[in-house]
Amino acid sequence: MQTLIYVITILLYIVVILVPLMVGVAYLTLAERKIIGYMQVRIGPNRVNLPLPLLNKLRGFGQPIADAFKLMFKEIVLPTHSNRFLFIIAPTISFAPAIAAWAVIPFAEGWVLSDINVGLLYILAMTSMSVYGILIAGWASNSKYALLGTLRSAAQVVSYEIAMGFALVGVLMAAGSLNLSDIVAAQNGSFLHWFWLPLLPLFAIYFISGVAETNRAPFDVAEGESEIVAGFHVEYSGMLFAIFFLAEYANMILIAALASLMFLGGWLSPFQGIPVLEPMFAWVPGIFWLLGKMSIFLFLYLWSRATFPRYRYDQIMRLGWKVFIPITLVWIVVIGVAILVKLPPWFDIVAKG
Amino acid sequence: MTTTLIFYFFAATLIFAAFRVITVRNPVHAALFLVLTFFSSAAIWLLLQAEFLAIALVLVYVGAVMVLFLFVVMMLDINFAPLREGFAKHLPVGLTVGFLILIEMVMVVTHWKGLANPSTVVTTEMSNTKMLGQVLYTVYAYPFEIAAAILLVAMIAAIALTSRLHNRAKYQKPEQQVVVRREDRIRLISMPAEPKD
Repeated sequence: MQTLIYVITILLYIVVILVPLMVGVAYLTLAERKIIGYMQVRIGPNRVNLPLPLLNKLRGFGQPIADAFKLMFKEIVLPTHSNRFLFIIAPTISFAPAIAAWAVIPFAEGWVLSDINVGLLYILAMTSMSVYGILIAGWASNSKYALLGTLRSAAQVVSYEIAMGFALVGVLMAAGSLNLSDIVAAQNGSFLHWFWLPLLPLFAIYFISGVAETNRAPFDVAEGESEIVAGFHVEYSGMLFAIFFLAEYANMILIAALASLMFLGGWLSPFQGIPVLEPMFAWVPGIFWLLGKMSIFLFLYLWSRATFPRYRYDQIMRLGWKVFIPITLVWIVVIGVAILVKLPPWFDIVAKG
Repeated sequence: MTTTLIFYFFAATLIFAAFRVITVRNPVHAALFLVLTFFSSAAIWLLLQAEFLAIALVLVYVGAVMVLFLFVVMMLDINFAPLREGFAKHLPVGLTVGFLILIEMVMVVTHWKGLANPSTVVTTEMSNTKMLGQVLYTVYAYPFEIAAAILLVAMIAAIALTSRLHNRAKYQKPEQQVVVRREDRIRLISMPAEPKD
């Protein structure tokens, strides 16, 4: 009986996390089209309304729902001689790690589904699993274009995972813990205590690697919609394609959440330690600060897509292997020295845990 | 009770997947079943509360080693029927080796069972990861560093073996590419207009 109640509470928590995540994914697509539209002096989607009070004034607000319906009713084409079983489960394999990683994300103090000691490692393991979706999709399609696209994106994802892992090592050293709640707690103090300042190179590398890892512009040679048809998902249509799309956007939101937790103090208020402003904003719940910080990163994603030209493939590989990995290695040594000399204000307190 | 059920579920999956690795015809399927095998054994380690080892197994073997394996296997287009021809001829050797490994494993497991009493397992406040790290960098520092050096040597050897023959390959040098100016590539010449005919 007790086990049953436990399982039901866990399932409820999962629903409470996943439903807003899926709504967030849907409206991130709308935000992307609107923001890029305005940046290119267009309007973006402005036809579909939601027939609800208050919301029916916001034009285009029903667009994600209309898109989802359209994709649901489209035909799923199975290529000839494709491996049917693997072809159908490949989108699920890329989607499952993207949502499984949310189990250890703390949304505010104590608001976490699974408060495990190895949270950071778990996140790394889950993000490294998502490359299987890409590999299986390209192979099972039985198409040379899909297979070549697979090789391109899988090589890119694997390369940037290394730089990302080293950036996380820096965070682990600075916080003295692998638990994400402890990492946020270690940044307590003020805006200047957050890890973005002592780990500035790692912060930049983490976010850029995150963009490359999710195959987004300017590293989206896998998709390259203005140059080639598409990458590993060239044979996919309908709902199967939509699941790849969902996984990509869920991963974007995950990277944004992790970057804000590890480098921008997570749910901590940015006005901490400032005399007048801190009590003024003390009533704001922590999750709002986290969501605000995540929005900054998501906006950066969209902004860079509208701004930068696409990287050439050999330049992507050079950036990952010859620039990012050496910088992270050097900065890990720098952090080690800083911890050894107890550099204030970040490392003067002995790391607990 | 629940833990036992979960254990049996993952153990059954593990054995089934390991069996399929050697019986399935398609090498890509075999590699994917091997991934499932690693994943199930990671789950069993989690049941033993060895969370660091379990996640490291997923991270290293599933996330990195098997991805590269799949990369290679996907690129091969081998007809595997000729490779199976010598099956009957090599069967006795294979059986002998398998039997030897089985005997060794039985010996190790029975010996180890006599040593470790499950009731003497110490539970401390320290996390699994921290304990492993402390032991690895104090008591076992030399074996750890030596293993790292051996792996580094192996990596360098593999790179040296593959890149030896290809020193005629053309490389793009970005540092030269970015200093290119308009004058290097464009030449404006004045010439008389072509007569109309």
